[in-house]
Amino acid sequence: MSRADVQTTVGERRWVNRALGVAAWITGLVFFFPVFWMVLNSFKSEQDANTSPKLFFHPTLERYHDVTKSAAGLLSFGDAFANSAMIVLLSTVIVLALAIPAAYALAVRPVKKWRDILFFFISTKFLPVVASILPIWILAKNLDLLNSRQVLIILYVGINLPLAVWMLRSFFQEIPRELIEAAEIDGANLKGQMTSIILPMAAPGIAATALLCVIFAWNEFFYAVQLNPVKGSTVPIWVTTNISTRGDFLAKLSAASVLACIPVVLAGWIAQKRMIRGLAMGAIK
Amino acid sequence: MTEVRYEEATRTYEGTDTAAVDRLTLDIADGELLVLVGPSGSGKSTALRMLAGLEPLDAGTIYIGDRDVSNVRPRDRDIAMVFQNYALYPQLSVAENMGFALKQQGVPKEERRARVRETARILDLEPYLDRKPRHLSGGQRQRVAMGRAIVRQPAVYLMDEPLSNLDAKLRVQTRTEVVELQARLGVTTVYVTHDQVEAMTMGHRVAVLKDGVLQQCDTPQTLYHEPINLFVAGFIGSPAMNLVDVGEERPLRLGGATIALAPDGEAALAGEAGPVTIGFRPEALQAGDGPLRAQIRSVEDLGPEVFVHVYLEHQAKTLPLVSKMFPPFDAQPGDTVGLQITGATHLFAADGSRIASTTATLGGTSAPESVTAERSTSTP
Repeated sequence: MSRADVQTTVGERRWVNRALGVAAWITGLVFFFPVFWMVLNSFKSEQDANTSPKLFFHPTLERYHDVTKSAAGLLSFGDAFANSAMIVLLSTVIVLALAIPAAYALAVRPVKKWRDILFFFISTKFLPVVASILPIWILAKNLDLLNSRQVLIILYVGINLPLAVWMLRSFFQEIPRELIEAAEIDGANLKGQMTSIILPMAAPGIAATALLCVIFAWNEFFYAVQLNPVKGSTVPIWVTTNISTRGDFLAKLSAASVLACIPVVLAGWIAQKRMIRGLAMGAIK
Repeated sequence: MTEVRYEEATRTYEGTDTAAVDRLTLDIADGELLVLVGPSGSGKSTALRMLAGLEPLDAGTIYIGDRDVSNVRPRDRDIAMVFQNYALYPQLSVAENMGFALKQQGVPKEERRARVRETARILDLEPYLDRKPRHLSGGQRQRVAMGRAIVRQPAVYLMDEPLSNLDAKLRVQTRTEVVELQARLGVTTVYVTHDQVEAMTMGHRVAVLKDGVLQQCDTPQTLYHEPINLFVAGFIGSPAMNLVDVGEERPLRLGGATIALAPDGEAALAGEAGPVTIGFRPEALQAGDGPLRAQIRSVEDLGPEVFVHVYLEHQAKTLPLVSKMFPPFDAQPGDTVGLQITGATHLFAADGSRIASTTATLGGTSAPESVTAERSTSTP
């Protein structure tokens, strides 16, 4: 190949890379735009938000004030937030408490028929959520759990558990077997192996799993609206209470949506820092 | 006093029919450094893991001292193990790694610190005690792994190819250090390696395994000079022993030359009618003057010694042989040289077992051999 040919190839490759870069940016912006527009709208007056799209406007915090002030008989932001926080945190803690031993039994010391067990876990995800709502509703009603936080905690544990077991299992498998064997020979019992070797090494994975559980539980809407329409309602339900039948209140709805997003974004940001640090720490050699 | 005893110890992995370790019976004396050696898949690591308690026994018994440990958990066996990849705890410092076992045993902090420091001193690890394993070189990590085992003062050390991740020079140096350390501590040690040079240089005794079956367990000298069968003869020694199938013909012939055995060899062979394989080490084959002509394939001059690889026409086949000579050795590849056997020669029966170890010389050539020699000179 002559030098001219080589140069052409390099030049072509540079153009291809540049084009791919532009395409990636465009795709990213297309996905980001609705979020950006939502945040922008939340700082507008209703008039500005509902008339032709404006990039420049007089920003105001009034919509946030509107959505957070509590009115009698309506679900308040504070109540919904407290409900969501409690349901999400409790369900995530329970999921981890159950999934860590399960993942250990499937990865570190595989029990008999571990493949079948793993398949069973994921098979619970095959059924459409809507198909299960009637039996769940009847069960909840008979157990006197309708309109309670407990029913959502139980359901979110059930929803997130298979995912958490699968994820944690793959993270546990990454831990070199010799490390666990070395700890075993060094005299560590199961608790010692867990606390000094397995959990510290799988910490980034546990953080990632917890983050996903938090996101899924925080955003869950269908069960929440079917089972808890009155008491124990969560933030997604509260967002819908800001949809008005008396006309478009786009700015107000945007403000409510932004508030609903903030905890998840925050959790993601914190966990991401942890995860990256943890992953870098785990990178031996 | 800690002897280790395997009695008919057997392990068959799930999903396989053949035993990875088949009825292993082995006695290891107190303070001995026993090396388990064999090619990959020979069961040497499995045998070690059985002793560690990391693999269950399907049959047989293992004793550490007088205690039957066959069903004892690894942490209750009073052993320490050095792994091939060291298995250092990445999130703990060197000092924490070394003190981990003591902490599990509930040794008080002050004593723990003193013992870690003392061991670090022996291994020149004192400057690194606060570092994490990832900030250490390969050789330092290896020493930390050794230190973690030593600090515990266990009854038995188990070492699973602990030097194989080091570069060649460091490996030789560390080999000597491990031997010295073991001699000083006087703790019974079982050492697994696939490297027969390591086995020969380190072991008080060496146990050679093949396909899960113990072939021979003896001193390195006995293994080298009196290998019990063809496998051990071929496995021990580098370059390997020259092994030639000489068939059922009597007297024995190599190429066109007759092999004159010493009287004890002749006597042993008299009772053997079947096909025979003869073996002689490279240093027992002299290239230069001799009744047998062969063509030089390559010459490896290592400085203190020269390995001469030759092709010999034997029973209508071209046979590679290697001779160990001393410099100066001037011949070039393609040249024809004479061969003579000058040292120990081993005779093996068809089933691989050794008939005798004796001495032999090559006798006068017959007519067909000279033709062979001429042909070999013309071979490219």
